Amino acid sequence: MRVPSYWRNMPFIYRLSGWRCEHCGAFHPVKPLLCRRCRSRRFSAVELPRTGRLRAYTILRSPPKEFKDLAPYAIGLIELDDGTRVLGQLTDFRSEELRNGVRVEAVFRRIRVNGEEGLIEYGYKFRPVAREASPP
Amino acid sequence: MGKVFIAGVGFTKIAEHWDRSLDGLLVEASLKAFDNAGLSEVDSIYVGNALAEALQDQMHLGAAVAEDLGLARVPAFRVEAAEASGAAALYAGFNEVASGRADAVLVVGGEKLSDGLPEEVSSGLMMGGRPYYESFIGADFYSLNALLYRIYCERYGCDNLASFPVMSHAHAEGVAHAQYPFKLSLEKVLSSPFIAEPLRRLEVSGIGDGAAAVILVGERLAGKLKSPLSQLQVASATDRLNPFDRESPLRFQSVGLAVSLVLRDARLSRNEIGFIELYDATSIMAALCLESSGFADPGKSGELAARGELDLGGSLPCNTFGGLKARGHPLGATALYQIAEAHLQVTDQAGRNQVDSAGAGLAIAIGGVGATAFASIVKRV
Repeated sequence: MRVPSYWRNMPFIYRLSGWRCEHCGAFHPVKPLLCRRCRSRRFSAVELPRTGRLRAYTILRSPPKEFKDLAPYAIGLIELDDGTRVLGQLTDFRSEELRNGVRVEAVFRRIRVNGEEGLIEYGYKFRPVAREASPP
Repeated sequence: MGKVFIAGVGFTKIAEHWDRSLDGLLVEASLKAFDNAGLSEVDSIYVGNALAEALQDQMHLGAAVAEDLGLARVPAFRVEAAEASGAAALYAGFNEVASGRADAVLVVGGEKLSDGLPEEVSSGLMMGGRPYYESFIGADFYSLNALLYRIYCERYGCDNLASFPVMSHAHAEGVAHAQYPFKLSLEKVLSSPFIAEPLRRLEVSGIGDGAAAVILVGERLAGKLKSPLSQLQVASATDRLNPFDRESPLRFQSVGLAVSLVLRDARLSRNEIGFIELYDATSIMAALCLESSGFADPGKSGELAARGELDLGGSLPCNTFGGLKARGHPLGATALYQIAEAHLQVTDQAGRNQVDSAGAGLAIAIGGVGATAFASIVKRV
């Protein structure tokens, strides 16, 4: 991501904050002019819950060039406690903890070092909630 | 709208063409299509390409191709819709002929992926999502496919999805323009390493270079040509970029809409479609493509592949020259290979790959993970 774009998007990628449509409830990471689901124009600022459950995951072994040094890494589809679905990298897990339904929480992590300028980009990742018994 | 005919097709072999440039491949395919149609002039040129600015540091392909064809005066420009760029160019060319503005149009798609490293190609494909979302966390095309695969397995079971690459490879055997013209066993697919689990290396199309072209003509010109003609219809639709923002991630609305629209425009029903060129960039994409288009029930497409229903002699032949997996998938060129192959089928020029049911064929091209879809019907005249 380009530096100005990174700055513009910090509220979402740092804190999972964004905009919820007041009419249909759809979540938008960046303030939209129009809801992508119902085309309403009214939004409220919202911070997404930081905990949820892992719904699906994969482990990437041949990643894109920006993430080559991180391979292999895991990508998860997370259903947050309010039902919002987000994608995120998974971190701090033991392989047996990667399963459908496991409780996860958002943590602030280094994502990557970007391009020739060497800008260190931070953002959210998800990790299993500390060792609780977690029936799905 | 006037009728639109395919008057000629041309394509290069798909391979790692180390000694060729992107422009060179585009021009070779175009010249072959001109010769095949028996034409030397067109009113305009549309170029389909996805990643030239990322892999060749090049843009402005329209004027470059026009110049190299000795046609540096006709309107020429590139059309982009991620992996479906070739189909987007076809859509634009189709509209110009159908509207009557042009009598003849060249549509050419090309991609030269071997100029980049595999991780650069993967990075390029990721540009089809939002930079602050999928790309920022490294959720590339394969990982999104893998998540859909996982959800598919939970809902329907996925024992048969690995039969898609087996089917495609069987059809590519001996095909001169195919990148991987050989059979592939189910055991080999299932023992290949994970690229993004549960997606395996041999369930994913490879990286290759190639270009394919078609010459489209309107009714006025069609009657004067000696080359075998087929009739074309093209439709398109979109969906949200991120499949997990959709109500049903396992159903590609874009594909369903585009297929319904093109069937309506061609005045055909599903049972009049004799064969399908599926979008099998991955096995899960092939399954979702077939199911979303209404030719297989949800969760049932893999079974059709495993039972041989999609074979050349089956009830619904698919990927008659090997599809994306075995013929090859040079992004911006892919849809035009599909169209050229469908043209060969309905004009009885498909040789040993000829299917009996070749009255009309459907080709589906997908940009991203289902965000853009094009459906084309190539029909016997």
